[in-house]
Amino acid sequence: MGRYVIRRLLQMVPVFIGATFLIFVMVYALGDPVAALSGDRAPDPATAAQIRRELHLDEPLWQQYLQYMGQIFTGNFGTTFDGLQVLDKMGTAFPVTLRLTAVAIVAEIVVGVTLGVLSGLRRGRLLDTGVLVLTLVVVSVPTFVSGYVLQYLLGVKWGWVTPAVPIGAPLDALLLPGCVLALVSLAYVTRLTRTSIAENARADYVRTAVAKGLPRRRIVVRHLLRNSLIPVVTFIGADIGSLMGGAVVTERIFNVHGVGYELYQGIVRQNSPTVVGFVTVLVIVFLLANLIVDLLYAVLDPRIRYA
Amino acid sequence: MPEHERPEPFRTAGSGTPLPAVEAETMGGLAGPPEVPGAPGAPQGSGVQPAAGRARSLWSDAWHDLRRNPVFLVSGLLIVFFVLIAVWPSLLTSTDPLDCDITLSQEGSRAGHPFGFDTQGCDVFARTVYGARASVAVGVCATAGAALLGGVLGGLAGFFGGWWDALLSRIADMFFAIPMLLGGLVFLSVVPSGSVWPVVGFIVLLGWPQLARIARGSVLTVKQADFVQAARALGAGNTRLLLRHLAPNAVAPVIVVATIALGTYIALEATLSYLGVGLKPPTVSWGIDISEASKQIRNAPHMLLWPAGALSLTVLAFIMLGDAVRDALDPKLR
Repeated sequence: MGRYVIRRLLQMVPVFIGATFLIFVMVYALGDPVAALSGDRAPDPATAAQIRRELHLDEPLWQQYLQYMGQIFTGNFGTTFDGLQVLDKMGTAFPVTLRLTAVAIVAEIVVGVTLGVLSGLRRGRLLDTGVLVLTLVVVSVPTFVSGYVLQYLLGVKWGWVTPAVPIGAPLDALLLPGCVLALVSLAYVTRLTRTSIAENARADYVRTAVAKGLPRRRIVVRHLLRNSLIPVVTFIGADIGSLMGGAVVTERIFNVHGVGYELYQGIVRQNSPTVVGFVTVLVIVFLLANLIVDLLYAVLDPRIRYA
Repeated sequence: MPEHERPEPFRTAGSGTPLPAVEAETMGGLAGPPEVPGAPGAPQGSGVQPAAGRARSLWSDAWHDLRRNPVFLVSGLLIVFFVLIAVWPSLLTSTDPLDCDITLSQEGSRAGHPFGFDTQGCDVFARTVYGARASVAVGVCATAGAALLGGVLGGLAGFFGGWWDALLSRIADMFFAIPMLLGGLVFLSVVPSGSVWPVVGFIVLLGWPQLARIARGSVLTVKQADFVQAARALGAGNTRLLLRHLAPNAVAPVIVVATIALGTYIALEATLSYLGVGLKPPTVSWGIDISEASKQIRNAPHMLLWPAGALSLTVLAFIMLGDAVRDALDPKLR
């Protein structure tokens, strides 16, 4: 187990370097941070050159990248162009988005898996058909549409929830944004669980469990569900990264000041240190989530052993 | 053809499970059950006769299933419709989407302008019709590019293995680690142009690893098949093996995933346009219109609902098509 984890961590290193370098190239080579810094007017050439020198922007790209990475590993994510520490921004933004993502994941697991199990067990019946149609519709409505419509209906017209999230983002205010964020993935989780349950429901071990007289509840939860969850867990694990990235849209709609909000501001204003810093952390989150998923396999399926 | 005299469904042999029509019922259940000739209760006995000695390929078999699948028919009709108005928007409207009259700002529907007007006083119906072009163009071009690039690279990796495979898989991992939406924001925010090509290029750039992975897996599976061994034993070279034997047999999963991806790419383009980095005015795009309308949703919800409905319907059509094609091509479900 320990050796497996170490091997996986080592395998992550090239992926991490490649992904962050890709982002670094996009931000620093394709864009021009100094031009962005000076706004609409063209900067004075001498000043621009001086800023470039101070920020090491005149060096070759790979040197800048190495320098940046060196700083990150000493905990220094740099200073934004408006003089704030990127680390401070992360400190306020990440807890908010983590809470939002947590709400989304819980919604996915509770609603998605429940619906998936129910429709998977009743394949071909009315409930199953209804759930299938519903998931198809949910998948095809983009988040920014469902977000506005739900915000308008639930928040403004009927007044069930607060339409915008206040500063500090308490958990109850994040309920609707979290569900909106989860919506598309929730539909995928439902369909995935349904297919998996329906496939496994015909397996021999289920027949055995029925034959030896186990109560239905126990068969479904302990035997069927546990064996059907592996693809679902894989999906949810890979989804954590895209949920935190996809929060850009949700946070914009509901005025949540989290990672997506900061990233969007950073991108629009070409605040390169913010963008690279946040994306780097998101890449790390994605890689770690995938590692945890792989380790969860062994918990779900005892046949899987990591030597 | 005997198919007309005998309308009973038939499935290929070995369909012990009465389930292939389940997905079909997603739509059939709404439109009325009689449409589903492949209903689970149908007798399996007719499964032998129509083949009439001639072995059907996976493709003709799939086509046979598809023609009877209401999901396929509905989504196919929708897609034909959207492609048609993308190519000839003037078929449906004679109004110019850029010909706006500010005095009509946010007015509701009236004769000749069924969807009303947006904030600038442009005709929402005309803008919705013309918006199809950008979405369909981005979706089709990006999917074609990603499927071609991913399919070829992944297929070669699966076939040859070795260092090329290892390298490609690592590169794909790197692209996977970047969330699609974030990558799009970063990449497109530094590209000044607002036309469809940067958006297409970006989606191909971040989309091909997914298809490469599918193609690689598919080729790896097919490579083990006996007929590949047989062809090799008969002296077929790599090129012939790849083109004549592997490609036709391994391409099905790529097509399925690509069709579903087409729908999500259209949604992605709209999302990027909504965030202000994808397509930019004066290009007419559903994403831009929805973004503009979202500021006024309390006063004039019709401005948001029509383009949003058209966008959702297009995405839905492609996802449904992908589902139907998967059901027809996936022997596991038969």
